[in-house]
Amino acid sequence: MTSRKVYMDHGATTPVREEVLEAMLPFFREHYGNPSSLHAQGRAVRKELENARDIIAGVLGAEPKEIIFTSGGTESNNIVLRGAAKKRGAPGHIITTSIEHHAVFDVCRDLEKEGHQVTYLPVDKYGKVDPQSVRKAIRPDTFIISVMAANNEIGTLQPIEEIGAIAAEHKVLFHTDAVQVVGQLPLNLSKLKADFLSLSAHKFNGPKGVGALFMRKGIRVAPIYIGGGQERKIRPGTENVPAIIGMAKALELAAAEMDEKSRSLTKLRDRLISGLLQIDEVILNGHPDERLPGNVNVSFKHIEGESVLLSLDLQGVAASSGSACSSGSLDPSHVLSAIGLDHPTAHGSIRFSLGYGNNDDDIDYVLEIIPAITDRLRRISPTYKPKAV
Amino acid sequence: MYNEKVVDHFSNPRNVGELENPDAVGETGSFKCGDTMTLYLKVQNDRIEDVSFQTFGCGAAIASSSMLTEMVKGKTLDEAMKITNQDVADELGGLPPLKLHCSNLAADALHDAIEKYRKKQGV
Repeated sequence: MTSRKVYMDHGATTPVREEVLEAMLPFFREHYGNPSSLHAQGRAVRKELENARDIIAGVLGAEPKEIIFTSGGTESNNIVLRGAAKKRGAPGHIITTSIEHHAVFDVCRDLEKEGHQVTYLPVDKYGKVDPQSVRKAIRPDTFIISVMAANNEIGTLQPIEEIGAIAAEHKVLFHTDAVQVVGQLPLNLSKLKADFLSLSAHKFNGPKGVGALFMRKGIRVAPIYIGGGQERKIRPGTENVPAIIGMAKALELAAAEMDEKSRSLTKLRDRLISGLLQIDEVILNGHPDERLPGNVNVSFKHIEGESVLLSLDLQGVAASSGSACSSGSLDPSHVLSAIGLDHPTAHGSIRFSLGYGNNDDDIDYVLEIIPAITDRLRRISPTYKPKAV
Repeated sequence: MYNEKVVDHFSNPRNVGELENPDAVGETGSFKCGDTMTLYLKVQNDRIEDVSFQTFGCGAAIASSSMLTEMVKGKTLDEAMKITNQDVADELGGLPPLKLHCSNLAADALHDAIEKYRKKQGV
């Protein structure tokens, strides 16, 4: 069909940058020692591992000992939520939102089965949580609040500074799943009142299968894994050294280029949004400005999202959808339902997530092919009545 | 994910749109997954003379709708009533397991149209 390839699914995962891969390779070939070993090979790797920890801590405004290496966002979230619940012992109360990623949302659902009570805070039509609703939801038995830094589907940024301050005021632990934000926007843990923060390397051009958990000094959850003494016994098991080195390199690059990259992505994003909104009966999902630099999420009325995805795919464009048909479940995404979209509109949602490597030509290409795609699919649709010309 | 035949029916669906003065209109929809289909029939001497469809749905739903219209054209109403959703999926050369429910609307809309037609005829 076409040889043109445009990748606009950076919210799902990103390509590993060449510099990152280069940084990783020696740790497969020469520096294969176990960082826990006492011999020279082990010590050399330990030094590099701790250097990676310093880099990551430095970028985040944290102390190195506050960084725990994990396998990614899902594991970091599980360690925090399950570990905090385990430490508490008795059933208690958790506050989270109705738009969390499944790696928080479903963990909370699971903790309910263990006797904990969970408040899933609603969001406004832009997908924003009201910090005052967090304050109102706090109970004497609330032991943790978990609110994502930005939503993965619709890109809306959350007021985590205010929520963190409210949590601190009430002496309740605060966790933020910052998987979509780390490497994209500045984040300073010396100012942000978070006790825990989750991040994942493959969302910022690092390798898959590696991430980190920030756990503030003086705070500790009960370990949910039992094994060796690695990572302060919170995440035992031999460290995935090449991946950790790659993660540090990717975050270092992202931090150095952040201003420029977020500016250029925001420009591309806004061009794509305004181009898409030129099409009849298209609505933007999420907040118009307070959203991730690379996130575009729109609903095409009268069309089901998967059929748009498939059409885009046939023309070389990779995007994603919150429609039921593309997720394997029958329900549309809980995020789109939470912002109040009716079923057909939720089913017509498409997310284009821009990132490293996307340029104006990519935006031009998508804007060039999408009117014909939506027009064709609408002509097939029973609900679409073309406007009389 | 989809085979070539499914992609072909999705990309170049047959018999799309409304028929003028149809003898019967069948409708089906899953409120839950959101897919809906409208099927138009022209019937002569108990035989399907013409058929067309409109579908809001994913690739599998659109391809199944298109496939069904090709399968039923020229068939008697009795023959058409025997077509199942599985027959449509088989004719397409199979669908991914998760997508089977999306193809279930095509034969349902056909049966709905035939039943309405027969009711109108007083059969």
